[in-house]
Amino acid sequence: MLSRPDFHALIKENRVHSSLYYDERVFQEELENIWYKTWVYVGHVSEVPKKNDYVTKAIGPTPILMVHDRHGNISLLQNKCPHRGNQLCAYQKGNRTSFTCPYHAWTFANSGELVGLAFPDGYEGVDKSEFSLGKVPRIAIYRGLVFGSFAKEGPSLEEHLGDAKRALDQMLDNSPEGELELTAGFLQHRTKANWKFVLENETDGYHPGSVHGSIFQVASSPVPALYKPESLALTRDYGNGHTEFDLRPQWRHVGKPMYWFNTTAEKLPLYTEAMKKAYGEQRSQEIMIDGSPHIMIFPNLFIAEIQMFVIQPVSVNETIQHVTALQFKGAPDFNRRLRQQTMGSVGPAGFLLADDTEMYERNHRGALINNPEWIVLTRGEKRETRDEDGHRIGHSTDEVTQRGIWRHYLKLMTEQA
Amino acid sequence: MIDENEIDPSIAEPVALSPEQELMLRRIEQFLYYEARLQDLHAYDAWESLWTDDAIYWIPANGENPDPETQMSYVYDNRSRIGVRIKQLKTGKRHTQTPRSQLARIISNIEFIAQNGDEFEVRANAFIYEDSLRGETTWAARNEYRLRLVDNKLKLVRKKVVLVNNNKPIYTLSFLV
Ligand code: FES
Ligand SMILES: [Fe+2]
Repeated sequence: MLSRPDFHALIKENRVHSSLYYDERVFQEELENIWYKTWVYVGHVSEVPKKNDYVTKAIGPTPILMVHDRHGNISLLQNKCPHRGNQLCAYQKGNRTSFTCPYHAWTFANSGELVGLAFPDGYEGVDKSEFSLGKVPRIAIYRGLVFGSFAKEGPSLEEHLGDAKRALDQMLDNSPEGELELTAGFLQHRTKANWKFVLENETDGYHPGSVHGSIFQVASSPVPALYKPESLALTRDYGNGHTEFDLRPQWRHVGKPMYWFNTTAEKLPLYTEAMKKAYGEQRSQEIMIDGSPHIMIFPNLFIAEIQMFVIQPVSVNETIQHVTALQFKGAPDFNRRLRQQTMGSVGPAGFLLADDTEMYERNHRGALINNPEWIVLTRGEKRETRDEDGHRIGHSTDEVTQRGIWRHYLKLMTEQA
Repeated sequence: MIDENEIDPSIAEPVALSPEQELMLRRIEQFLYYEARLQDLHAYDAWESLWTDDAIYWIPANGENPDPETQMSYVYDNRSRIGVRIKQLKTGKRHTQTPRSQLARIISNIEFIAQNGDEFEVRANAFIYEDSLRGETTWAARNEYRLRLVDNKLKLVRKKVVLVNNNKPIYTLSFLV
């Protein structure tokens, strides 16, 4: 058995040790203490709209079948036959009431129970209920967002989300019906880098000016101004590892509906009308000025204003970013533009994410170089303050968020030791 | 492949080519090899000038034929977005292409599918070897082209690149494919 890394020695308030990104033992500890324990985002109910729909999702490296089962419930099943362990379902999505294992043809209801055995004469007296599919023990759904936890007990999803839940509400307010409808399918972007480089970068406001300078230079948008010294936008550490850019101070300063989306209300007449109807003149204006949030829900759900990313570690040095355009129920004209912008910016060929991902890979190769050993997270340390709810905040380019992520990470990794 | 409900594609038999079309097929081949060379060598301006104003450059994700108007694609560029893509590459700060990928591609299985006046439907396979900072990557694609004769020169009107693994996680794809 490998010795356990000493996390207290590797994680300081404003710096972390490079080995956290490449040490196989650290990765195993993360699986145990993060991915197979805390709440992890799995999928959205709109991905399985009809009874008996299923999609293949994942919690860390483990594939999960998210099923709208025959009883009308959302189930999270493990894709492993309880007979001799064969991969049960080989497809990414479909609609079926049961799954039959191709190896010896055991058949399972889409809610997990064993319902049929081939040649049952060899199984006299067997209790079928002992051979149900493995299930993610806890499932919780927040306004359509499905989370799973492998820990039978622990904090509730609401406790886990804490005040970060408000950012999810802010996102959902952008729909006249208050709901997401993720119908555009996911791009899957593979990268040879540790997942924490991805996690930390999602709320890193120090990099856009340099990493995305090429696209900022050739396409006009209100985004570059968010990450300049004079920006009013904030970084916030919500606790529990959740971090955000609060862009609202900047958007409110400009005060124009849909400015955050680089457009005007007039250019989205159907959407503007639907929002007014749903929320009233005043509130709809506010929502359309504030826009959609930029929030990283620890450890794997990232809402980047107009996209949803789901971060999936597959090994210590390989990560997949699953990304799709946010689609707001009741907003067809807006959704079309959301898809177009998303396709331009993200995924393997995206104007933005191809460069972020290039940095992840260079970050990872850098971690393997042994001098200097430490990664520095001091930016904005001296000017960090607290908001009215006691959450740490700083300038949009400060490393408030990375420090917040590591504070929570250290807690998770050392709680039981 | 991703969905359980795979259907047998209907595949047309090769068309009989007229003598003029035989000659055109030769020109088309030369054109596709030329395009491949521009891409391999990152000749951005020359490549951009191959496109017509009504161009569509499409790299679908999650299957052979999803609806690009409703489903996410890796690339779904109109002419103006092709322009942005090229401009970004030319800033010299497109980090994923600084340094540039080293490339060589094989274009093969070139098929003349149909002619509609000045337009030609063509298919080909592409096998691309890429070497970059990350390492070596190979890419395989079934390509579909619509080419148009404009002032007696072939132009790209539509190019669809179906990566064979487009339903799986793929590495960054930032060179011209
Ligand atoms: S392993 Fe599935 S039926 Fe035997
Ligand atoms: Fe970025």
